[in-house]
Amino acid sequence: MYPKDLKYDREHEWVRLEGGIAVMGISHFAQDQLGEVVYVDLPTAGATLSAGDSFGEIESVKSVSELFSPVSGEIVEVNDELSDTPETVNEDPYGDGWMIKVSLSDPSQVDALMDADGYEAFLAEAE
Amino acid sequence: MSEPSRTTPLHDEHVALGARMVDFAGWRMPVQYQGIIDEHNAVRTGVGIFDVSHMGEFRLFGSDAKAALERIVTNDLDRIDVVGHALYTVMCDEDGGIIDDLIVYHTGDLEYLVVVNAANRETDWAWITSHLPPTVEAVDESDRTALIAVQGPGALAVVSELAGPSWEPPGRFSLGEATLDGVGVLVARTGYTGEDGVELFCHTSHAVALWRLLLSFPEVTPCGLGARDTLRLEMGYALYGSDMDRGVDPVSAGLGWVVPKTKSGYIGHAAIARIREAGPSRKLVGLTVGKGVPRHGYTLLREGAEVGKVASGTFSPTLGHGIATAYVPAGLAEPGTALEMEIRRKTVGATVVRPPFVKETSLTASGS
Repeated sequence: MYPKDLKYDREHEWVRLEGGIAVMGISHFAQDQLGEVVYVDLPTAGATLSAGDSFGEIESVKSVSELFSPVSGEIVEVNDELSDTPETVNEDPYGDGWMIKVSLSDPSQVDALMDADGYEAFLAEAE
Repeated sequence: MSEPSRTTPLHDEHVALGARMVDFAGWRMPVQYQGIIDEHNAVRTGVGIFDVSHMGEFRLFGSDAKAALERIVTNDLDRIDVVGHALYTVMCDEDGGIIDDLIVYHTGDLEYLVVVNAANRETDWAWITSHLPPTVEAVDESDRTALIAVQGPGALAVVSELAGPSWEPPGRFSLGEATLDGVGVLVARTGYTGEDGVELFCHTSHAVALWRLLLSFPEVTPCGLGARDTLRLEMGYALYGSDMDRGVDPVSAGLGWVVPKTKSGYIGHAAIARIREAGPSRKLVGLTVGKGVPRHGYTLLREGAEVGKVASGTFSPTLGHGIATAYVPAGLAEPGTALEMEIRRKTVGATVVRPPFVKETSLTASGS
């Protein structure tokens, strides 16, 4: 459910470090809470984000959630496939359901995020 | 709301099936089991069952019951003079404001069953009983009545198999009886999905047995309120509280067809006749959008100026795009009219269409 090689934030995004690039998506918990995803609205590559900024929206039949970036940097790639196949977010949230890649301006921001154990403890507390 | 939510007799069944439970109109109800879209598609292509035991059931008895009901509801009970027939209608206050929408079933000689929305049960009971003469007996059977909707192109086959070879299903918008594995049920050929199917009324003590019996068919999918909403909105069926309320009359709400022009003498008639004569200033219309999911309360614009708010909105699983209803000025109600909808930070095009949004279902196919 919560891969050990990822970092997580309290808004239920995950981050995977690939060199100086942070790949981002939403956690299993987030996709399960939303239900079947019908739209993913993402920015275009080249935009810059500050930690805490909204970078898009994700909609299911019943609800809509904003996507927040826990890190700062420039968006270098966007998963455009999700506009045609938003359900990938449910089916493979940590793989093909990734959303954006950000070239980090401050890699230490990733260290401050929760690891898988910390995130699971956070979820258990929120129950 | 500080009062604890009420539960239906099937509450523990829903929990055991892994349903996500939510509070709805003071009731703890399943919004989904496996997923809204899968449940929606099960009803469009197979069979889905819904626990709608939260709805209210009132029984009216007596020689004066018909005349008393005729004064309360807008539709014409002459249309269901034959015992076993059912009628969709609204009831209004003196100003023509809709108190509720309901189905009246002619259950027997001098007997009627009235099924009302859960959220309005107390209001409706007070309204109806305050307008009954002492010669009409009314009983609120809601707490003793479970209601399970069996809907979809395969629904009749399932019920028929349980009812046995000699059983004849009731016609569309009619009532019958059946014994399903020893459980006596009232079978109404009605529903809120646009598909063929029935609604089964039984005593609450038999609800669990009936629910499990239906689920013993592998083709039967349990469905929650989420799919119930997407299914009904695809058909353009109005939902009380979203598409209509006390502040709107049936003509503006697109329900003029349940207010026959030939009928008078019911509560609200004078007000509704005036609105009909002048033409409603605002009308409920259907809307489709290309991108994003419309939701209740979103703003509608015409050339940048606000013209209305979304009443009901959702993503249509059948069509693959957003659909909505909204009250707009009568001059903007023509199908094809181009409007804009503010979907959060974006403004998207919205086109007025004539519901139903989904034209072809097992009901249209069977021609009934």
